[in-house]
Amino acid sequence: MPVTRGFTGRRRPVDREGRLPPGQHDVGDGWPVLTAEAEPHLRPEQVSVTLDGLVATATTWSLAELQALPHSTYAGDIHCVTSWSKLGTRFTGVSLDVLLEAAGPLERATHVVAESVTGYTTNLPLEHVTGGRAWVVWDHEGRPLPPEHGGPLRLLVPHLYFWKSAKWVSRIELTDVDRPGFWERYGYHDLGDPWTEQRYVGDA
Amino acid sequence: MPEPGTPEIPGAWTTGTLDQVRRDGRLAYLRLALETPFTHAAGQHCVVRLRAEDGYTAQRSYSVASAPGDELLELCVESMPDGEVSGHLHEEARVGDTVEVRGPIGRWFTWGGRTPSIAVVGGTGVVPVVSMLRHARALGVHDRLRVVVVTRTLAELPYADELLAHGAFVATTRENSVVDGRDRVAATPYPDEVAPLAEGVERAYVCGSPGFASYGVRLLGEVGVRRDVIRVEQFGPTG
Repeated sequence: MPVTRGFTGRRRPVDREGRLPPGQHDVGDGWPVLTAEAEPHLRPEQVSVTLDGLVATATTWSLAELQALPHSTYAGDIHCVTSWSKLGTRFTGVSLDVLLEAAGPLERATHVVAESVTGYTTNLPLEHVTGGRAWVVWDHEGRPLPPEHGGPLRLLVPHLYFWKSAKWVSRIELTDVDRPGFWERYGYHDLGDPWTEQRYVGDA
Repeated sequence: MPEPGTPEIPGAWTTGTLDQVRRDGRLAYLRLALETPFTHAAGQHCVVRLRAEDGYTAQRSYSVASAPGDELLELCVESMPDGEVSGHLHEEARVGDTVEVRGPIGRWFTWGGRTPSIAVVGGTGVVPVVSMLRHARALGVHDRLRVVVVTRTLAELPYADELLAHGAFVATTRENSVVDGRDRVAATPYPDEVAPLAEGVERAYVCGSPGFASYGVRLLGEVGVRRDVIRVEQFGPTG
């Protein structure tokens, strides 16, 4: 590995040591916006999410109906494949466990494809969106999630690179095949674990 | 969104040696020779990683400015406040130094040279479009890519001379200018200035800060470009 002459770098404060996956840097209070498509502007009353595909009861919730379900909060870190991480941030919404329980996944369901109102898609193994690891969220740090960050409603799967956390999510389809989503078909990794740097196709 | 094409897999990390370094205020133009060169499509980016003696690394993404087929990889790096990587490249890096490079990345914000397109870009958002313009020139199809650039002043604009020489419409918002031999008062582009350029295009590219990207999408909407043909690339405050 070549050393870059004269580079010393900015070391992280000790309390944040260990929280940054390899190759990531801390953006502090910043939150970069990265989007591939024109940003939709949705009124809260236009927003809903549907769970369908391999479920017993395909179900649609309006934002108001979601907000009437038991809330839960994720307080922790998020990691973008473009190498920024945002540490110690908070989102509130509904755990996907609650929605899945209502819809009743069929036994043969193995994956989900999350879809946005823009047509953006991303695929995830079902086991990565259950067990308190995935949410649909409308609140960031006590305020409505802004449109550039996927508001009024986005998926949150913080243990994977953030492209998996589909902005403006409108549908979560359960499938028995792993159907690559948008970036996954453009050469990004199928799973996207930041701790093993699964950034692009072919990364271990 | 349209269906994507065949994914292109970025290669392994390779060593890049700085072949040319030119600094101009807040911009550093770098040309690198790669130990294992990769072929990129116009509009793609790459990752640059710097490594300290003790193994500590820092990496950032940068759009590629060189045309596909250029034997060197050209980047234009803006100096960011407190930038860990841009700071090093601006203050310390010199010809002969090595960095690590991985690419090409991003199969979405690319232009292959066939689709009649318009690009609306601001600030260092011009960089991927410089690659597209060079590609168009190499193919002899520069009429297929119309470029609208928004900048405060000409002096702040990366690749200003090259963009002007190749027919980009440059709207300056903080100084008056001369466009097509006529005086133009400082302003963002007016729809009637952009409409003729958007005529007949089948795709649009918008690149810049998040604020600029929203503006660019709105401007294209005002001249009748459908939202579903617009491809956006935004860069955050960390560059």
